[in-house]
Amino acid sequence: MTVFCIGLSHHTANVATREQFAGSATAESIVREAGCPEALLLTTCNRVEVYGVSHKRISTDEIARCLTKTPIRDPHYYAPPFYRYEAEKCVQHLFRVASGLDSMVVGESEILGQAKKAYELARKSGAAGQYLHRLFQRAFRVAKQVRTHTDIARGAVSVGSVAVDLAQRIFGRLSDCKVLVLGAGEMSERTARALISRGVTDLRVTNRSMDRACELARAVGGRAIPFETWETQCREIDIFITSTTSETPLLTTEKLAPLLRDRLDHPLFIIDIAVPRDVDPSVNEMEGVYLYDIDSIRSVAEQSLELRRQQVVAAEAIIAEHVTDFVDSLSRGLNDAARKTEHPLPGENSLRASEL
Amino acid sequence: MDRYLLIVSTVCFLAAVVHTAIELRAGVFRPLRFNFFAVGLGFIFQTAFLSLRGHELERCPLTNLFEVFIFLAWSVAAIYMLVGPGYRLSLMGAFTAPLVVVLQVFALIAPIDIRHPVKLPANPWLEFHASISLLAYGAFALACIAGVMYLVQERQLKTHQLHSIFYHLPPLSDLFAAITRLLWWGFALYTLGIVSGFFTGHPLPRPQVVAAIGIWLLYAAILQGRHLRWFAPKRVAALCIIGFSAALTLLWGITFTAEMHPIP
Repeated sequence: MTVFCIGLSHHTANVATREQFAGSATAESIVREAGCPEALLLTTCNRVEVYGVSHKRISTDEIARCLTKTPIRDPHYYAPPFYRYEAEKCVQHLFRVASGLDSMVVGESEILGQAKKAYELARKSGAAGQYLHRLFQRAFRVAKQVRTHTDIARGAVSVGSVAVDLAQRIFGRLSDCKVLVLGAGEMSERTARALISRGVTDLRVTNRSMDRACELARAVGGRAIPFETWETQCREIDIFITSTTSETPLLTTEKLAPLLRDRLDHPLFIIDIAVPRDVDPSVNEMEGVYLYDIDSIRSVAEQSLELRRQQVVAAEAIIAEHVTDFVDSLSRGLNDAARKTEHPLPGENSLRASEL
Repeated sequence: MDRYLLIVSTVCFLAAVVHTAIELRAGVFRPLRFNFFAVGLGFIFQTAFLSLRGHELERCPLTNLFEVFIFLAWSVAAIYMLVGPGYRLSLMGAFTAPLVVVLQVFALIAPIDIRHPVKLPANPWLEFHASISLLAYGAFALACIAGVMYLVQERQLKTHQLHSIFYHLPPLSDLFAAITRLLWWGFALYTLGIVSGFFTGHPLPRPQVVAAIGIWLLYAAILQGRHLRWFAPKRVAALCIIGFSAALTLLWGITFTAEMHPIP
């Protein structure tokens, strides 16, 4: 028996191609139609992959046919976007996928949850047996180790998460932070939601249109305040998110200095996502004020991505170690089982080490 | 024999420094428990050294500059062991270890372990004064280290250039809270040290007393400025570094003059 992975991902196929193969098949249907004893289907927005165990070779076209919504007769139609990994290569690929190394955003953790969900579905339906169980349990362990022992998942890579990450670096716990959102745009909403999800409870929203402010406040669980009061709010808030359409800076050093006079030991984190900017860049020079505009937030996201990329080598080393160990332990397990039953290693029902 | 203990202790602290340097160079800095254990092991050997030396001298081992440096390094490690895990400042070990290594390597290399020709009699007040003052120095040293960490992080946040180490530093607010507490601890111990100095039963050299009170006033001013919010956190962090540098210079002066004119 050998373990294999056949699939397509953002590396090999565009979204139009991927969606042709996503959503119609299940692990059970693959076991039934392809005739392999065990199968697992991992479908995410970036990949459609089938992990299987079989003693006979199952062709890529056969799996592709099981996945497609609209079968096509040409036997070579499916080949180009699909990749195929077998034995050791397959184990390595799964460990890389689970650890987020194969993801579009390197190190993202969503894939691990998706892999766990796919495994649960396959296990419950009976499509995943002992081989896939061992393989996936090890993959989850590897992913955890990679995250713990490298910085692969460090740093935020989207505007909202960068803002939240930086706020946590400044204030620690966000539950005591007071947040003011000026301007009810989509980006402010997303950032506000990200902050709420990390424990912020005091969120104030203001906008030139009070109706729009009320609407956003209701949507994110904050409270609307009159637009005229936003400047005085700066005396007590900790985080200020602004994204108005003002042509001139709303906040300058001259305006802010008197407001901050009584809160010298209290930092102010300003997220200016407006273009043109709402806050004069010189505000960043003020003591205790940390100003991030859209470019600096993107730059932080880029730095995080670069940091993650630097961790790939360390992560690959951990994975390589596990691949070797997994293959060895599997081979030892099979030999022990063969000795116990005092029968020669059954060619049809065991996963031969040489094949792995 | 006791010097070997000190060498082993220095190697432990050096291991923490090298570990940090390698990880920082590779861009994969993770404080984890290594630094804490390395510092902890180093601390055990330091304690063993001081204990042996104390038994040999039959008094607190603070009779020459060498012992003062080791006691100071021990105080820094002790305060870190107390404060580091409590405030989840595991990274502080990475900053503490180099200071301890510098102090111990200097003490081991420099010809400053000069034994007194006659055994100095025990003076409980003098020993209490010296040891409490050095513990205060330990707290001030840690406040200085936390100040460096604060400034490093503050600078990265201001310039928008975040390095690997940034993600392992405690939040600015937590660091500032730790600085404030360490300053209060240090200040209380230092006050106790100064007051106990007047009970040693010997006239204290005037320049030493003036300098010690000067340092006390400096830290009092930092704490008062912090309490009344005259100083921004960044300034307090910088003042912690200046304060400790001044205190260290004074310590050198006191020990040097004490060796020239020993108090029996």
